[in-house]
Amino acid sequence: MLAQFGFGILVVTFLLALFSASAAISGYFLKSDRWVESSRRALQLIFLLISLSTLTLIYLLATGHFEVEYVFSVSSRDMPLYLKITALWGGQAGSLILWSWLMSAFATAVTLRKWERDHEFLPWVVAVTAVTLAFFLSLSIFFENPFARLWQTISGEVAPFMFAPAGSTLYIPSDGQGLNELLRNPGMIFHPPMLYLGFVGFVIPYAFAIAALVTGRTDDRWIRITRRWTLVAWLFLSIGLVLGMHWAYDVLGWGGYWSWDPVEIAALMPWLAGTPFLHSVIIQEKRGMLKKWNMLLIILTYSLVIFGTFLTRSGVLSSVHAFAESALGPMFFIFIGLTFVISVALLIYRWNDLRAEGEMKSLLSREALFLINNLLFFGILIVCFWGVVFPLISQVVTGQQLTVGPPFYEQATGPLWAALLALMGIAPLSAWGYSTLKTIGRAAWKPAIPTLLVPVTLFVLDVHNWIALLGFTLLAWVIFITLYEFWRGARARQKTQGENFYMALSRLIARNRRRYGGYIIHISMVVMAIGILGIGIYQTQTQQTLAVGQEIRISGYTLRYDSLAQFPYIDGRQVTRAVLSVFKNGKRLGELHPRYDLYPDGQPVTIPGIRSTLADDLYVVLVNWENVTVEQTPFKVYHNPLINWLWIGSVIFVLGYLVAAWPDKEEMGSEKEEVRNERGEGRRVL
Amino acid sequence: MKTKNFVSLAVCFLTIALSILPITVVSAQKPTPSDNEVNAIARQLFCPICQNTPLDVCPTQACADWRELIRQMLAEGKTPNEIKHYFVDHYGARVLSEPPQTGLNWLVYVVPPVAFIFGALLLFQTFRAWKRLPKEPASGETGGPAPAKKDEYVSRLEEELRKRN
Repeated sequence: MLAQFGFGILVVTFLLALFSASAAISGYFLKSDRWVESSRRALQLIFLLISLSTLTLIYLLATGHFEVEYVFSVSSRDMPLYLKITALWGGQAGSLILWSWLMSAFATAVTLRKWERDHEFLPWVVAVTAVTLAFFLSLSIFFENPFARLWQTISGEVAPFMFAPAGSTLYIPSDGQGLNELLRNPGMIFHPPMLYLGFVGFVIPYAFAIAALVTGRTDDRWIRITRRWTLVAWLFLSIGLVLGMHWAYDVLGWGGYWSWDPVEIAALMPWLAGTPFLHSVIIQEKRGMLKKWNMLLIILTYSLVIFGTFLTRSGVLSSVHAFAESALGPMFFIFIGLTFVISVALLIYRWNDLRAEGEMKSLLSREALFLINNLLFFGILIVCFWGVVFPLISQVVTGQQLTVGPPFYEQATGPLWAALLALMGIAPLSAWGYSTLKTIGRAAWKPAIPTLLVPVTLFVLDVHNWIALLGFTLLAWVIFITLYEFWRGARARQKTQGENFYMALSRLIARNRRRYGGYIIHISMVVMAIGILGIGIYQTQTQQTLAVGQEIRISGYTLRYDSLAQFPYIDGRQVTRAVLSVFKNGKRLGELHPRYDLYPDGQPVTIPGIRSTLADDLYVVLVNWENVTVEQTPFKVYHNPLINWLWIGSVIFVLGYLVAAWPDKEEMGSEKEEVRNERGEGRRVL
Repeated sequence: MKTKNFVSLAVCFLTIALSILPITVVSAQKPTPSDNEVNAIARQLFCPICQNTPLDVCPTQACADWRELIRQMLAEGKTPNEIKHYFVDHYGARVLSEPPQTGLNWLVYVVPPVAFIFGALLLFQTFRAWKRLPKEPASGETGGPAPAKKDEYVSRLEEELRKRN
């Protein structure tokens, strides 16, 4: 009964999304505020209905209704309640529902804003979000129905259907198959919702961009409205990516955090388009330039969001034939194609209205450097897109299956990432409008002195790898330049305002949160890059088979194999757990406990033993679980220098974000003031 | 006598040499290649049946067997290239971490740099077009081209803080 209820609500919601889109478009053309208002309320109702449908599915998962095929495939009786709930996104059908739910939450939130000044945008923002929602809901209803139940036919065959096929009876399994063991990890519990929040968040600026194109209000208003929405989407996408890396590092047991897998790249691509968008909208706000480019970037980001979901949900990555056989893939393909073509057609239609108001006066001005930043991100995006798509093309054209693996991406994107870092160290010194080598040089010499000490010190400390020397020098350059910008700004305020240094610094940041929050985010990127360079250049590994009492030596550490235990755990898995003592310079530092859990369904999960410090990680994996004895236990040990800085950087990133996006009293005040002015209630201040 | 001595010495030397030779040949085969030596090659290959999983870390039994095969081939004196060729011949080019540079595969290497150069040219053209426009500095944004006074930074900062919205 509950399953039919959940499905029924989904169908009603889908119809309501179609109504909302149609009413919004009709309202715009008929100039009827009533239709537009109706479409807005329909969108709000959609959120309530999808919430009800999602809660129904969560209830079915939590109470073990295994007759529902989705519940059967991702949950089991022995799972704790929190895992039963998070199993909502443990499989394809549930993930799509979560996507729609989060999308509708964003859409509803945006309809609740004050629309007085931007009323003409409303119908198109509603239409774009409602069409996107209708598309995802249609996937849930027609192709990946999470409420389909298991039915046993007269011939004894069990298959999922929403409604009972003739002569069949409902099949209720006594237990479910349970959530994939690799997903029973905190990183994987939070990683998908964060990523999805990032994905759906970018639909909002896209919807405003389309609204601006259709209505012809192509000034920077749409950018100013969506500034915070874009930042929120970018934050969640970035956190989602980092959580995914952490999960891979903690659970997959291959000693790394990023393998350039197409699924990872699918999530990275919207970030690679969204990040330059965040930068280049500032040029439009400040200088009235790059209007077309910003439109193109947000269209691209939206398309990559849908493309990323398509890559991971259609099965196309495992085989183009699987994609062709499933109806889901072609549906995605058509939707991406249609939305992209219509968006670009609108952009071309408004091409002449999107002329730049400002002029580029210097190749070293901040706007010029931002453009180069865009080019570099575009370059990385092309490499990623082509690396993912080419094997699919090859499979279709020549039938040959190919792998485009880490060496390709690392060699192709490495120099571009380095150039981006270098740019991060120059752009803060340049001014909007006009800069020359002389003006930049005058500002750069002070931070250049401590920077030059870095390669010299590293060389003296026996670092002779030129990539490391260049990389760490670049990182130091960005850090010193950024800190210098804080210092320079605070000193300037100190002189003009007569404040003490700390007061001047905090007021400087408070007066331009976006800029200085952005600089903190730059620092966070540098800190993350320390970890990436450390593990990328200096990771060492060894694999050896030991008997109890024997030792492994790696990068100055000695690991002594102390004992091995094999025992069944309460949930039925067979645990193989080794104990190793870690020594450095003869001093015992602690113990490591690498584990191999074999679940009753035959799924093995490697849990590495990790000893983490700011300098490095020791990461030990039990290689095999079969035929392991105390006389012969194979271990793989990785020494991962500096990796923790990757995670520390992500925390600084969130702090920087909070500084950049924190609501600003003055800003909110000026918004209200503007509204009053337009109503004729006050004096215009901007 | 001298010749006889020389012949017997030569025979003796030859006998010793021949008796050592099999030992050296056997000893070249004998030490089983270590896990590290096997992984050094396995790391450059991808599992032929899983998706995007390097052979050195793939947990499946099939991959464990393939690692043993690499060990065996190394013991037989095969070079890393010969081993890689063996895998390509038997399981196709997908076992390589990058597409071989032949035929259509060239596109994978050519398209990104061409697209990047195209983007860079487009950017350069845009810069040129913008630069052709009149050259007066943006009013109030920077205070003019490259003024040397230290106050310029202060006034620009104040200006930007005021104008940020």
